[in-house]
Amino acid sequence: MDGIPIKTFTVGSKLLALYALASSEDSVFVVIPKSGERDTFQLVSVKLTKAAGQDLEAKELSVVLHGVGASPKSIAFGREGEYVASVKDLNLQVYFFKQKQLNRFSLSAVKTKGGNNHFTCVACHPTEDCIATGHADGKIRLWRNFYHKKEYTFSTLHWHHDTVMDLAFSIEGTSLLSGGVESVLVLWHNGSDCRKDFLPRLGSPIEYISMSSDGALCCTLHTDNRITIINSNLRFSKCIQGLIKTMDVKTGLVVDPRTKALVLNGEPGHLQFYCLQSDQQLFSLDIVQRQYIHQAGLKQTDLVKVAFSAQGKWLATVEERDEVTDPELQLKLWFYDEETQSFKLNTRINMPHEDHVTDMCFRDMDELEDDSLILVTAGRDCVFKVWVMVEDTDPEAQQSVSWNCDFVGSYHNYQATNCCFSEDGSVLAVSFEETVTVWDSVTWDLKCTFCHPPGKIRNICFGRLTCSKYLIGATDHGFLCCWNLLSCALEWSAHLNILVLQPDPLSEYIAAVSWLSKESSQLLFHRNISFQVCSLDWNTVKVFVFKPNEPRPIYIQRNLCKEKIQLAAFIPRDEPETVGSEKYLWLRRSQLFFLTDTQLAVEESLPVTPFSLLLGKHRCQQSQQDIDLGKRVVQNKHEQDSPAVKELLHTPAHVLPSASFLCPIFINSLLISKENKSAEVAADEVEMESEKAEDESDEERDITEMEQEDTSPMELLGEMTCKLSKSQEKELRKIRKTDYSWISAF
Amino acid sequence: MATYKAVAVPAVPRLGERITQDTVYWRGYKTPVQIKEFGAINKIDFSPVPPYNYAVTASSRIHIYGRYSQEPMKTFSRFKDAAYCATYRDDGNLLVAGSEEGSIHLFDVSGRAPLRQFDGHTKPVHVVGFLSDKYRIFSGGDDYASYLWDIPSGTDIVSYSEHTDYVRCGCASKVNADVFITGSYDHTVKLFDARTKRSVMTIEHGQPVESVLLFPSGGLLVSAGGRYVKVWDVLKGGQLLVSLKNHHKTVTCLCLTSSGQRLLSGSLDRHVKIYSTTSYKVVHSFNYATSILSLALSPEDETIVVGMTNGVLNVKHRKPEERKEKSQKKRQPAYRTYVKGRSYMPKQEDFCVSKPVKRVLRKYDKLLKSFQSSKALDAVLEPPIRLYTPEVTVAVMQELHRRGTLRSALAGRDEKQINLLLTFVARRVIEPRFTSVLVTVADMITDIYQPVVGQSAIVDRQFLKLQEAIGKEIDYQEELLEVLGMMDTLFATFTQKRATCLEENKSNGLNRGY
Repeated sequence: MDGIPIKTFTVGSKLLALYALASSEDSVFVVIPKSGERDTFQLVSVKLTKAAGQDLEAKELSVVLHGVGASPKSIAFGREGEYVASVKDLNLQVYFFKQKQLNRFSLSAVKTKGGNNHFTCVACHPTEDCIATGHADGKIRLWRNFYHKKEYTFSTLHWHHDTVMDLAFSIEGTSLLSGGVESVLVLWHNGSDCRKDFLPRLGSPIEYISMSSDGALCCTLHTDNRITIINSNLRFSKCIQGLIKTMDVKTGLVVDPRTKALVLNGEPGHLQFYCLQSDQQLFSLDIVQRQYIHQAGLKQTDLVKVAFSAQGKWLATVEERDEVTDPELQLKLWFYDEETQSFKLNTRINMPHEDHVTDMCFRDMDELEDDSLILVTAGRDCVFKVWVMVEDTDPEAQQSVSWNCDFVGSYHNYQATNCCFSEDGSVLAVSFEETVTVWDSVTWDLKCTFCHPPGKIRNICFGRLTCSKYLIGATDHGFLCCWNLLSCALEWSAHLNILVLQPDPLSEYIAAVSWLSKESSQLLFHRNISFQVCSLDWNTVKVFVFKPNEPRPIYIQRNLCKEKIQLAAFIPRDEPETVGSEKYLWLRRSQLFFLTDTQLAVEESLPVTPFSLLLGKHRCQQSQQDIDLGKRVVQNKHEQDSPAVKELLHTPAHVLPSASFLCPIFINSLLISKENKSAEVAADEVEMESEKAEDESDEERDITEMEQEDTSPMELLGEMTCKLSKSQEKELRKIRKTDYSWISAF
Repeated sequence: MATYKAVAVPAVPRLGERITQDTVYWRGYKTPVQIKEFGAINKIDFSPVPPYNYAVTASSRIHIYGRYSQEPMKTFSRFKDAAYCATYRDDGNLLVAGSEEGSIHLFDVSGRAPLRQFDGHTKPVHVVGFLSDKYRIFSGGDDYASYLWDIPSGTDIVSYSEHTDYVRCGCASKVNADVFITGSYDHTVKLFDARTKRSVMTIEHGQPVESVLLFPSGGLLVSAGGRYVKVWDVLKGGQLLVSLKNHHKTVTCLCLTSSGQRLLSGSLDRHVKIYSTTSYKVVHSFNYATSILSLALSPEDETIVVGMTNGVLNVKHRKPEERKEKSQKKRQPAYRTYVKGRSYMPKQEDFCVSKPVKRVLRKYDKLLKSFQSSKALDAVLEPPIRLYTPEVTVAVMQELHRRGTLRSALAGRDEKQINLLLTFVARRVIEPRFTSVLVTVADMITDIYQPVVGQSAIVDRQFLKLQEAIGKEIDYQEELLEVLGMMDTLFATFTQKRATCLEENKSNGLNRGY
């Protein structure tokens, strides 16, 4: 086995399943879609010609069966390839090659509580004329005597309560293996209902079962991207696993400071530590510590938030069971035990918040002692709580420290959405819907608030190292704002629909992932440079990397991938890499990883390197939203929620320019303009507005905010902002300012 | 592949006082003996020698009580007016007491008439004591003066009049025979050395000093006055070590345990607080019926005697140590038979057969493992589990609810079983730790058995009981909310920070779920 292809045959259509039989060496069977019809598939046999050469075309196709299922599990070949059985919906077709006879058997549709009785899979007995079929209601049927169209018989085996996912006969045919959602491997002896053995708790639903040719081993493939190898006497033997696939990565991508491993949801209720360098799961930590019942539609406790302290000594986890009447919430604090080299549960807090926990962070302070360690949780119950370690005075207690609530803070009864500590730990930022509040972490006094209406705060983070005086926030109305904590003023802002905001723990760079859907137009404007993005692909993802102290991005990666990026994480490199190009300087100390809807990707010097197996469930059906663009724009005009109107209504009165100035723009926005289409295209221009004026006078700030208001009507009107020199621009502002104050005096 | 995980029964922290070694120790006293004296008890002093009799000074009398006697063994009543501060000498033979008329009387414990009388104070003498050389007596009076008296000659050696108010407390050093301290109502504590003419140290307590105490080592000084108990480091020139404010009325008396590990303070607020002398935290506290004036602890902490303002003497004796009787147990196989072969290290050529470790599961876990919901619920409704460990019953109910099989487990039960279930729910539903689960259970039971209501008198009665229990709880919670509202108002007026009020609010999470 050297992995070098001997011959390549080109069939010419999509191959969905491939079967090779020992009895017919010169042909293989494949499932291909039927030309002309959608969602209909046929089983064809392909003659493999013995011509010389590497690449050959296999043209001799002969259709064996029509209307077969697309899944490889729905076709099975019988004893010595004498017949083929195929199942689809409620029909079982058996085709005898020698007699060229096709028998069809169909079941009457029965819908029970457990589900319908559709066929899901089929397996044929290796030595006898017997076909086993699995059904969606959990039944297994054993068909015999199917040579006769009428006098066939079948017996039923029923143990599974949910769909039978796959079946396999043992090599001698004495036993049958079946598996399903219950994640239990069932061994049926001699096809009888009463004698069966189980191998329970395999971790996740069984997708495929396969037997080795000598019958000594059997392996199961699971839905969470894992292969289990099982001895013939139903003893667990080995597990092959990489990154465990989960339905929903609720915890986000977290880096364990100790092992530099990526930490995210693993098995249900577990936390997986995944080493990116070696593509291995280091270990799986059981957080929930409850029996997981594999059953569809059952709400079970799952892990939603994870946070590590700076050195990885403490781990905080939040698990919740979503239920309408009483959601179960638990905050657990784990201590890393050097002796056992694993995390040990230290404190369990029931119902840390009345409602869901939205964010959680430790105070990251490397140089200080344990007593400076603080955990902050933000909750949807409109408060954030500060948890501190308290030493147990009781000498008889088993552990010397435990965690206690120290402070509860709230802001005008708004839901707390994000929390973040500054690098030196002196300041805590908590976002409450539209407002970012900054708290002193010693006295827990509210220091100042920042707000950039409209839109709720989606993400906040502090700058690091040289940029530690900046606070970055992203709103869900498409603004990225940078506030200066020393002057308590807005430093700059950009109109970007930021999905993910990720600071690099080792440098001052911050990565922002923007998602440009077709409704949100982007405008990124810079004083000196304007970036032109002439792409008409509306659903594009862009990655910006910037330093908070300058409003120009250091690096932009367009069209990174088609899917929406959900999460990102900077993984520190073991050794700083020497990067030649200045453009990739930010990748010197860490690598940036993304988790999209379907896969985990790494941002390298190369454009994109998809490296891991599939992750995530289904691709979002974004394509369905492809509504005619022109129609949409016209509609927009009639609706009240045109951006200009929206902007006008959602902006606080004190930052609005005078009414006389707004009036023509407002009226213009209500008119149906002829050049709608071109306007939308022009709006795609990426510009960034910088307001980093040298003199931070109040007057100047007023103007800057007015300028921001200006941008949206402008983009709507399709006016291209001309490139102006700095002095010209300033001049213009001054003229505007004086002009309007003068008018309003009348 | 994972093993079956047993149902986790959540441990709920016990409410109320935490059990520590200290609470166990200080609770180990019998119910107190109350003895009525003639007036307020201003001093109790234990004889330093066995059998540890104690002298109680009240009104114009000094009573000497034996350890277990309810009646005084001996009485000194030769005082015209009130007697004060009867104190034993280190050998337990002599007793000295001050008096209202200003004279100091020295008694032989075995005799009746005073051996000596020292006159010199012009006002009542509230504090007297022996110096540790046994031959001298110090005293402090309401004439602001402190005297030092020689016992053999019966004359005064030296007098100090540095205080500017009544001298009401004092203490002699056990280490140095020349050193004694006095505390006064002028807010100061002064340290005197008999060899000098003036005080050697003055400590500002800040409140009128009611009681002073020196640690056996002589290095630390404790003063009590106002609501404060303050500890000073004498060797560092009277530096304040710690200030304790645990009483809400004037602290009147101080006392050390014989080991010196704990400090006791009695106060007019009717409490005796016990502090650890290492951390200076309150480790235990006693509650008494009336304001406390004096307090004494016998050697080895065998007896705590507390004197009150209303003349009641409260005596607590320590319970005798429980001797664990070594009963002759049935001879069991020796320990070595269990560990036989355990330490054997397999050699290289040995073939090891590992024996699987058998995990013992509880009955309900076994049933849950095999998905037998109804039977699992039956198992936890058995009397021992239901009555003594209701948390297990509730945990299993919650687990069934999680699995979505609680309804089917509750359904299909006969009259007796419903009765049992409802009794359990009605009794436990008001316990906060069970409320959320049992409310769901009660909901389901009412849903399931609604059609059969009226068919059985027993079940109907249980339903009514459940209703009554919940109604009572709601009333109770409403009342609590009212109190909470009042407290919030108070807090709002007292504190600037709003945050404290918010923390108080956390406790009203109980009434959710109704």
